[in-house]
Amino acid sequence: MAELAHADDAAIADPSLRHHFANSAQQLDAAMLGMWTFLITEVLFFGGMFTAYAIYRTIYSEAFASTSHYMNVILGGTNTAVLICSSLSMAMAVRSAQLSRYKTVVISLILTMIFGTVFLVVKYFEYSEKWREGLIPGIKFDTVNYHVPQYAHEAQILFFLYFAMTGMHALHMIVGLGLLTYLVVKARQKAFNASYYTPVEMIGLYWHFVDVVWIFLFPLLYLIGNRGPH
Amino acid sequence: MTSSHIPSTKSLVSVWAALICLTWTTVGVSYIELGELNVVIALLIALIKASLVAWIFMGVRFSAPMTRLFVVAGLVWLTIMIVITSGDYATRRYDNRPKSWTPTPPANTSTKPIPPAVGNK
Repeated sequence: MAELAHADDAAIADPSLRHHFANSAQQLDAAMLGMWTFLITEVLFFGGMFTAYAIYRTIYSEAFASTSHYMNVILGGTNTAVLICSSLSMAMAVRSAQLSRYKTVVISLILTMIFGTVFLVVKYFEYSEKWREGLIPGIKFDTVNYHVPQYAHEAQILFFLYFAMTGMHALHMIVGLGLLTYLVVKARQKAFNASYYTPVEMIGLYWHFVDVVWIFLFPLLYLIGNRGPH
Repeated sequence: MTSSHIPSTKSLVSVWAALICLTWTTVGVSYIELGELNVVIALLIALIKASLVAWIFMGVRFSAPMTRLFVVAGLVWLTIMIVITSGDYATRRYDNRPKSWTPTPPANTSTKPIPPAVGNK
């Protein structure tokens, strides 16, 4: 009974603390564990595509090397840097929330959204370039003008994986931007402070995870095999 | 109170700087012909970058032991998926795996030749 009474007191003192947790530290730990569990399912989801990529890359290595001719390293590298910047501003948003700096939270979150949007705009230009060059497998693939005609068929597997992986990644970015919008609205109402910032921390984890996926996508899709004659 | 650690601005900014430098490095190295080493270096740098993000930005460094156990477990499952699947492809004999498709004939041919099954050793 004494413990129950204590829990009720704590809940009155801190309205964000749910009654089934002993204190807000335990509540945050539980939320973190749940979020990581979700992120691990995401790791395995993307992992399946990475596995497919590794296998096809091994089976049709020369054909895959020929596709790097069409990858824009400058745009890909720019996007990598943009995402790293967005991760920094996201981490700053979490830190500001932990310190109850209401204004900085909003500014950091908006910065993160700007970087995220820049990433998607660059991605749009990359996709439209692929569309113009006729590199969309199944819909618009120009097998005749492919620069190494004998690999035109196998190369489509890589372009399929390219669109599947970067497309799934971009979809995660769009979802992330939606979540960030929610955070900005809440942060403007001063909903997050030192004693309760769980949503900022959780969506921060998600955003960093999406960054980690891109950290692997960039070298695998853009960098490997970008030397030599094409 | 393990998860309520507040990272310093200095540590966050230095991780950001390290990530940007590593991105430059990996782009630079990709232009040097090193054969198979290119893949290894690119993946190694990606692994370092991902670890930095997870360790500092995602706060694994200060997270609860149970959370860390989950993170490691997730990586173990990922390894199992990649290693065992690759092992299957590396050791199984695929008789009908096309080494290459024949170049596409002009669009007017209605009967497409069936790709020959090559790779039968």
